Amino acid sequence: MSLELREVTLRDGADVHIHPTTLALAPQGFNTLLGETLAGKTTLLRLMAGLVKPSAGSVWFGGRDVTGVAVQQRRVSMVYQQFINYPNFSVFDNIASPLRVAGTSGADTQARVGRIAELLKLTPLLDRKPAELSGGQQQRCALARALVKDAELVLLDEPLANLDYKLRESLRDELPRLFADRGCTVVYATTEPAEALMLGGHVATMHAGRITQFGPAAAVYRDPVDLTSARVFSDPPINVAAARKRGELIVLAEGVQWNAPGALRSLPDGEITVALRPHHVRPGPQAGVPVRGRVLISEISGSESVVHFALADGAWVSLVNGIHSHPVGQDAAFALDVAQCLYFDAAGRRLAA
Amino acid sequence: MAQIHLRALRHSYRARPRDEVMADWALRELNLDWRNGGAYALLGPSGCGKSTLLNIVSGLLRPTHGQVLFDERDVTGLEPGERNIAQVFQFPVVYDTMTVADNLAFPLRNRGLPEPQVRSRVREIAALLDLEATLDQRAAGLTADGKQKISLGRGLVRADVAAILFDEPLTVIDPHLKWRLRSKLKELHQRLGVTMIYVTHDQTEALTFADQVVVMDNGQVVQAGTPVELFERPRHTFVGHFIGSPGMNLLPCEIDAAGVARFDGHAVPTAVADASAARGKLTQIGVRPEHLRFARAGETGLPVAIERTSDLGRVTVVDARHGEQLIKVLVAEAGHLPSRDASLVFDMRHTQVYADGWIVE
Repeated sequence: MSLELREVTLRDGADVHIHPTTLALAPQGFNTLLGETLAGKTTLLRLMAGLVKPSAGSVWFGGRDVTGVAVQQRRVSMVYQQFINYPNFSVFDNIASPLRVAGTSGADTQARVGRIAELLKLTPLLDRKPAELSGGQQQRCALARALVKDAELVLLDEPLANLDYKLRESLRDELPRLFADRGCTVVYATTEPAEALMLGGHVATMHAGRITQFGPAAAVYRDPVDLTSARVFSDPPINVAAARKRGELIVLAEGVQWNAPGALRSLPDGEITVALRPHHVRPGPQAGVPVRGRVLISEISGSESVVHFALADGAWVSLVNGIHSHPVGQDAAFALDVAQCLYFDAAGRRLAA
Repeated sequence: MAQIHLRALRHSYRARPRDEVMADWALRELNLDWRNGGAYALLGPSGCGKSTLLNIVSGLLRPTHGQVLFDERDVTGLEPGERNIAQVFQFPVVYDTMTVADNLAFPLRNRGLPEPQVRSRVREIAALLDLEATLDQRAAGLTADGKQKISLGRGLVRADVAAILFDEPLTVIDPHLKWRLRSKLKELHQRLGVTMIYVTHDQTEALTFADQVVVMDNGQVVQAGTPVELFERPRHTFVGHFIGSPGMNLLPCEIDAAGVARFDGHAVPTAVADASAARGKLTQIGVRPEHLRFARAGETGLPVAIERTSDLGRVTVVDARHGEQLIKVLVAEAGHLPSRDASLVFDMRHTQVYADGWIVE
């Protein structure tokens, strides 16, 4: 089953919540909506589910126009960031409730609840009531209830946001496997670029009520069509700076310049924007364009070092594997791997490189 | 500012905890010394006891046993208000009807600080947190992260506190802003030099913020160390798994007559020259995904089949399988990725042996 949005728009008076959006999701695939809080992810999920009717445009599912078809009439399952359980039911009965409504046999219910409970590490807790569980366990219970039924469309709105880091890590690993052989279309909303990459599948970057790009996760990450998509899909934030194209050179600051890539050379001279992800800025004298900057903050996270430094009126960030400690306030050498630079025009559109 | 000593602390939420029953105790016996002006993190999964410990330090909770000392003064029986500490919680605590400036000034005016001093201190903290432009605005109109910045500012505004305690302060913040606030907090610690204690389940926050991280599990301190120590030499397999993403690979192994660790019959060179002492215990080889690489032509290694690769941009995580055992390997963006069958080379210096969960020295 495939989900398609055709010019779907949501307005409230003069406010536009979702600008006209056309999107064909990968059928039976894993799709991620990636964007900051208030980018419109939840609103778009609600439009997909049929919880909200678009002001204009149509929603198609499996080749059928389902615009205006109530959510109850469709096999849609939705999980929210704030999970909800039945307080007077045991964990088992909470998970089993959608199957009982659907009239699933007792043995089948037992088997399916058992399988999903095992996956979400709830097996020893099946007899407890939600109030006897920790916050993380309650959320896993609600997640299990949404996953246990056979929905054609599963919408997950930041379902792991309130969970412990390590539990999130294992669920991110498991979720795509869990859905791989189910034949349903999954849409997963998140604010975290790393999560979008880990989940794989397709990613739609969202900003201010628009989808800015849609494609396979790694392709969108490496080849953003505009500066907004590049920013949305970078954690730590991508370094962005104003530069000039002058003849065959890209000039970032006095003495910091390099040869423009082939496709850029034919452009007229003038202002452009360059962007470079922190892991392409390496400390010390290394291959690349050498720069010096005053160290603002130096962080070590065990396996990685992050250094913030001042360069050409801006703050830059370098991220590298291994332990590199830099005294704050002093100048240090860095190298820009400019082969990885992304270039944008004044309107933020990507310039071919 | 103060040194904080925790002496023989234990805590149970039960009315009559039994000494010999571990499950009765939310916090098992624990001793910690925190120096004046240090940055510390309490890290662990939910239910590990880290919030219990923080609440004992702040005075919200009285421990069943043991003492809390601030600069050798016993404060165990004192209320939070009598301990001269500041606290920042997970959700912003802000007076919506007040301006940002009045919110920041609140803890100072409460203590009757003269108004000129209040104003200069508020300006100083607002500058550190980039809140200057919003000082005259009502707090009600601010975004979630703006409000959390005010909470942070209120925690930081008093110059005379013994310590500042943070309870998951960045959990509700978006990744982009979390990044900024995390760096800000680190910078503030470097500038203000106040003792800071930070509770979190997020290893990245703990490791980047703290000089020393206390890793907790099941009401116990498993290891207290610098971020580098926790990464390079986890003392317990729990720390190996909990720190790092993905965590440490743990391979069941046998120790042969020469004291060499063998996984499925293959001798694996480790940092331990002779592991004979570990014989008879449950032994495992521990190696981080960062410390494994694929063999080059002509090199020998542990044979594996590549099961799955996930491209995370900066690195690729490879799921490699040897028999029943799944092994995670990290390969840098431009690194060599074999397609199907391969062999793994272990970085000997960073390959540890664990006996019953604890590192073999």
